[in-house]
Amino acid sequence: MSSAPWLAPRVALSPQRERVLTVLSFLLPLFVWGIVSYVPFIWHPNIEITEPGSVSYFQEGMQIERASFQEEYDRQMEAGGELPQGVRANPVYLPAPHEVAIAFYTSFTTEPSRRSEQWLHESLWHSIQIIFWGFTLSSLIGVPLGILCGTFETISRLQEPFVEFFRYLPAPAFGALAVAILGIYDGPKIAIIFIGTFFQQVLVISNTTRKLDLALLEAALTLGATRLQLLFKVVIPGILPQLYKDQRILLGWAWTYLIVAELIGTSSGITWFITQQARYQNFENVFAAIMMIGIIGLLSDILLARLGKRLFPWEKSGNKS
Amino acid sequence: MSKLALPSYLDQSPEVKARFDELKRRDVILEVKNLGKVYDSAKGPVTALKDINFSVHRREFVTVIGPSGCGKSTLIRTLAGLESVSSGAVLLDGKPVTEPGPDRGMVFQGYTLFPWLTVKKNIMFGLRNQGVSSATAASEALEWISLVGLEKFADVYPDQLSGGMKQRVAIARALAAKPRILLMDEPFGALDAQTRSKMQAYLLEIWKNIDITILFITHDLDEAIYLADRILVLKANPGSVDEVIEVAVPRPRTVQQFLEPEFLAARQRLDQLIHPPSQDDEDDKLNMIRLTRVGDEVEPQQ
Repeated sequence: MSSAPWLAPRVALSPQRERVLTVLSFLLPLFVWGIVSYVPFIWHPNIEITEPGSVSYFQEGMQIERASFQEEYDRQMEAGGELPQGVRANPVYLPAPHEVAIAFYTSFTTEPSRRSEQWLHESLWHSIQIIFWGFTLSSLIGVPLGILCGTFETISRLQEPFVEFFRYLPAPAFGALAVAILGIYDGPKIAIIFIGTFFQQVLVISNTTRKLDLALLEAALTLGATRLQLLFKVVIPGILPQLYKDQRILLGWAWTYLIVAELIGTSSGITWFITQQARYQNFENVFAAIMMIGIIGLLSDILLARLGKRLFPWEKSGNKS
Repeated sequence: MSKLALPSYLDQSPEVKARFDELKRRDVILEVKNLGKVYDSAKGPVTALKDINFSVHRREFVTVIGPSGCGKSTLIRTLAGLESVSSGAVLLDGKPVTEPGPDRGMVFQGYTLFPWLTVKKNIMFGLRNQGVSSATAASEALEWISLVGLEKFADVYPDQLSGGMKQRVAIARALAAKPRILLMDEPFGALDAQTRSKMQAYLLEIWKNIDITILFITHDLDEAIYLADRILVLKANPGSVDEVIEVAVPRPRTVQQFLEPEFLAARQRLDQLIHPPSQDDEDDKLNMIRLTRVGDEVEPQQ
């Protein structure tokens, strides 16, 4: 009902309100960003010089702090020189929304400054491949191991204490070691993502497996299921929907390790693009690239969530995420 | 105390007596011998069951009742092989039971249908485990589905079924695996009164029509009498058999029989066994204070 209060504790929203609020959640930060960027008297700590006047070191397009500009301005006033002109501006590291929006397009068309360097789409594709291999390798071992740990106490006791210890070791700390063993190219990067994901994965999935209702296993036993049938016909299908959700969350973690991974050995991928563009002070490209990671992450998650609904039709339809 | 003069619960009409004599001549399906179960707890060993002896004959319907904490659930779980035996033995067709198996089907109180399988596939589960081909299992499952009256729901996931329907599927699933005995652990305990009474009628109907022996746990006295040939009454601390009652109510059973003398006699005996008058009653009394205002009396004054 549209007359329901907006702030009712733990009351579900109408789909219409949900949509409005979802859009707002993106619009609000954009609005704040817009205000800071376009309203000249809010923040804008610098002056961008439009007319250097007689100040020897001023150049057109250069940015300077407001206080320093005022000093030079006053000095020229006294000396009777030509007065410098300028407009208030935000620092270069905070580009306006429209600049970043344009950069979404231009960063793809900007030619790499050196021949050996990659276009943005190549960098992105490279990053996605690193994530894919790191995450796939981790899942190939981590998922079965997690399920076994959650099912058999013996395996759990044998593995989990060590895994529990290892997951506190920060993955980036293994960077140097990974380079020494795997060389400077993609090997160590995949290894970092693997280390960052794997140990969490074993624990999360063994936990999910343990949460499966024991009564289902007992029911299967009274229906004559063998141990192997119990594992493949009850445990695995029973945890599959939650396992899928866990994997989606873990994939998000893999992305957070990407940036560290790509700084190891020869820097590459989207991280390389970001550091490179920051070096050239093309901060709108930096923002665009960071947002691209967010968008790829969010889109792939939405896609996987949709796919999940198809894959697991028995899951309650009201069960979101 | 009772104005109505009830017959003794031991009195049996000639027909009922003849039926019991015939029943006792049948093969023993399940035999429990000096069964004991001791748990290890933090405070030391706890005896959950002690010296339990009884046997169940072919196509007999036995209900088990007792006060809370008497070990009803432990007993049935031990029979199913889900818990180990500490002493004594459980024999099925003369062979000792050591682990769960399809020869002892079980229906649990909680809903234990596999949520990822449709009704039909749930019922096929036991058959497929035994290596029955998919096509044969499917056609047998469909027969069971029509037996429990859920034809329209064959391809529906359990999530979409009501509690009563879920338990009907659970019964069909357990029976489809062709067990020698069906163990039921308060299967209707979570259902509302109306559905429960329907389910009881269903269960008697199924039991009448197929060759199955049933051991049924309940905490509902009427349910225990209504369904059973014999009632195994347990007592607590430690859980042991208090008395075995032969229900003198003739079959087929109907809900109308709830008010007949044989039924009431059995009911009275169960009451005596399960709620014995005790000195604790004084402590159990509610400490009520009248909270209505003076002059606000709604009930007529006597």
